[in-house]
Amino acid sequence: MTNALVEESIGARTMVAFEGVTKHFGESRGQAGFTALAGIDYTVPKGAITGIIGRSGAGKSTLIRLVNGLETPSTGKVMVDGVDVGGLDDAGLRRLRRSVGMIFQHFNLLSSRTVADNIALPLEIAGYDRMSILAKVGPLMDLVGLADKAARYPAELSGGQKQRVGIARALATEPSLLLSDEATSALDPETTQSILDLLKTINRDLGLTVLLITHEMEVVKAIATRVAVIDKGLIVEEGRTFDVFTRPNHETTRALLSGLTGTKLPEAIARRLKPVAGAGDRLFVRLNFFGATAEQPLVSRLMSELGSDVNIITGTIDEIAGEPYGSLVVSYAAAPDVVARANHFYAETGLTTEVLGYGA
Amino acid sequence: MAPEMLFNLLLKALLQTLQMVAVAGVIGTLIGLPFGVFLATSGRGELFAAPSVNRVVGLVVNAARSTPFIILVVAIIPFTRFITGTSIGTSAAIVPLTIATIPFVARLIEAAIREVDKGLIEAARAMGATPLQIVTKVLLAEAKPGIVLALTMTAVSLVGYSAMVGAVGGGGLGDLGIRYGYQRFMPDVMLAVVVVLIVLVQAVQSAGDALARRFDKKSRKN
Repeated sequence: MTNALVEESIGARTMVAFEGVTKHFGESRGQAGFTALAGIDYTVPKGAITGIIGRSGAGKSTLIRLVNGLETPSTGKVMVDGVDVGGLDDAGLRRLRRSVGMIFQHFNLLSSRTVADNIALPLEIAGYDRMSILAKVGPLMDLVGLADKAARYPAELSGGQKQRVGIARALATEPSLLLSDEATSALDPETTQSILDLLKTINRDLGLTVLLITHEMEVVKAIATRVAVIDKGLIVEEGRTFDVFTRPNHETTRALLSGLTGTKLPEAIARRLKPVAGAGDRLFVRLNFFGATAEQPLVSRLMSELGSDVNIITGTIDEIAGEPYGSLVVSYAAAPDVVARANHFYAETGLTTEVLGYGA
Repeated sequence: MAPEMLFNLLLKALLQTLQMVAVAGVIGTLIGLPFGVFLATSGRGELFAAPSVNRVVGLVVNAARSTPFIILVVAIIPFTRFITGTSIGTSAAIVPLTIATIPFVARLIEAAIREVDKGLIEAARAMGATPLQIVTKVLLAEAKPGIVLALTMTAVSLVGYSAMVGAVGGGGLGDLGIRYGYQRFMPDVMLAVVVVLIVLVQAVQSAGDALARRFDKKSRKN
């Protein structure tokens, strides 16, 4: 294959590419300037749901706004479906924006318009005639399950319903890319789940690429097949969501993951743990099960291998981006021979472990 | 004063007031509205960012608003004569009323538009809206209840201002009250004028409130 062909096939699989992107906000009116993005190289594949996660102030909002030109990079370039966003004139940028949908944390619906008219807005803006707008709005309301709310105003809807309107509106011009800016952060957990399910369905049925930013690991865990962790304007870790979640390398990733259910030690035990073993102490270890190890009876084997009692402290069986995953915190005697047998067992079976500490 | 005579005087004055308020209100709004939109959207980093022009327009608006109305009436007599061919009478009075309305309306509309959630502008930009579409489909549409209240306030203020144009023979209710009620010491005329003014202002305000409520879909709950 020639280089041009290689380039082309990569281009065909890439929806968004950030190439050496930085963003500095200049100082103004006594506010010091600051660097929101310190050098981002990252590609978002076509057809997948990609999550970018970071704490507030990490630069993720700026990053997603570069994609549809709501912000412009200080240096570097952003390619969307092979088009350099920075090279577009105003009209070109408006055309691009019509092919990129966006949903927002606070929904940003027009309070003066009904549900149907809110969904019609991007079509009006794009210059569709009345008839084709009507023909498009109906199916969109069906898609998001709001067909009976067509004549209602946003003030009459719940948060989840508002976000459904936001999603229908974002899909109106049949975009190939959907940007989600903290779309579930203002919703309760149950509603969040239903919105995430809707996004997943849209991704699967319409083949729509979804790029979402969030500060909630739960969101990424539920629907994103790939994840990038952003911290202080840099992408510090990225990969398949399952890999990043089960083997986090960067401390920011670990910190963000620590909030996930089932991975946290009970407070009473966490307080007792010490970094070094005292006489008669027990070793507290987290065992991670995934892939092949998730389906074997490893705990019972561990018990017989160790010849020592194994105490189960806490555990969770879960799914990350559709793959099964288990995490179990156990404790056993910290005697050297027991520990050696345990480590041998882990090496043999491929279990990944994390020593949490020592305690009585 | 004979009731019939009083009634005729009042009716004539009321019609003059209504004429002045209506014409000055409509023309003042037509000119003031674009200025209000401009003031609300031309700050640093905004839709039609032009911070220096914004500052200049702001200064002119402030200057016009801080000039006492009665001084404005006298100061622009040459301009009034240029427009209407005369400097006295109801039509002549409409000119300073209109001039005073423009900055008043501009500031109130600016305030109403600034109330619109910035997120809506961002959403419209993300949809590929042109700046003009953002103004018409988002800003003016969303600010409609606020704009209606602003125009109501303008009309009420105009009723008050129109009382002062008696100084240039503008006529109207205020003029009637001053000339008959005060200068000729006829308290019954004064009282009648005040009652008519109260009813008029009340009616304008209620109509404006009702219309604004109809446009306001924000607070409507199931």
